[in-house]
Amino acid sequence: MTCHNFKDLMMGYLDNELSDEARRRFEQHVAGCPECARELKEFKRLKTLTDEVTLVEPEDRIWQDYWNGIYNRIERGVGWIIFSVAAILLTIYGGFRAIEEMIKDPEVEVLFKAGLLALLVGLAILFVSVLRERIYFWKKDRYKDVRR
Amino acid sequence: MTGVCQDEIITMQRCRRGSPEAFESLVNRYMKDAYFIALGFVGNREDAMDLSQEAFVRAYRNMKHIKPGRRFFPWFYQILKNLCISHLRKRRYRRASSLDGEDCPEVAATTDCFSPEVVAQRNETKDTVWQAISKLDPKHREVIILRHFQNMSYDQIAEALFCNKGTVTSRLYYARKRLQELLGTESGGSTHDMP
Repeated sequence: MTCHNFKDLMMGYLDNELSDEARRRFEQHVAGCPECARELKEFKRLKTLTDEVTLVEPEDRIWQDYWNGIYNRIERGVGWIIFSVAAILLTIYGGFRAIEEMIKDPEVEVLFKAGLLALLVGLAILFVSVLRERIYFWKKDRYKDVRR
Repeated sequence: MTGVCQDEIITMQRCRRGSPEAFESLVNRYMKDAYFIALGFVGNREDAMDLSQEAFVRAYRNMKHIKPGRRFFPWFYQILKNLCISHLRKRRYRRASSLDGEDCPEVAATTDCFSPEVVAQRNETKDTVWQAISKLDPKHREVIILRHFQNMSYDQIAEALFCNKGTVTSRLYYARKRLQELLGTESGGSTHDMP
């Protein structure tokens, strides 16, 4: 085995992740290899430094309120979905009724009615086109069923 | 970090059926891990708290996508990590944009606004190490966080990162090498006298 192979064992040695056999082999190599011994010493010094860094634990009340924060976000998310669906439905209904009134109204000019209809047909074509494109790409997406 | 157990599998089945109480027990089990991992990625309390909570919200909404019988934490870790990395990208972009006028974009690229106040019993050495960790790239930073701040074993890290133990060893080696460079703890370095 070369020094490079023993470098792979070095991390396991530092972190107590080696089997007894691998540990013994690594120690034997380090005893006869000044380069690996020097590197191990440097890594040990670095590990001592990083192990000394610990992070401040937040106060207990933060943990007590932690779940409430998550629950509120979940609840608000549901609220927003219901609100958005209702807003879309009401807008579509209101828009439909307003257009219906305008088309039935004999006082509104024919040119305006034609323009409005053309606008609606254009919007409908754009909507169907985007929807069809989305469905096409979704069906061809090889990763859509990938689960982790 | 807790081992895989029947209790967690049952809890996750209940979560998939839409039980908030079951999800609350998962949150209580992993909230500290989530917070400290996020803190390791983003470096300040407010963002870490916000991102860890948001990760749980996303996990709750996507519980149906987790394969039955799988552990919660490795799956949840991917959500949390992606959120943190995306947050870092946005933060760097915002900082780079705001620094454009000052002709100093390289500052935005190298610092990650890691707050020194999050380090317990601060001293100069600890602050230096914490700032050096903030300069590691996310791939190296995450193995340092999981190993040093979460005390996870190589097997647990490999499970969380969806890789094998050899990759964990290799990433740790290069992460520590980079950290040595940043701290100057290699032979002849300026912090050679550090303990």
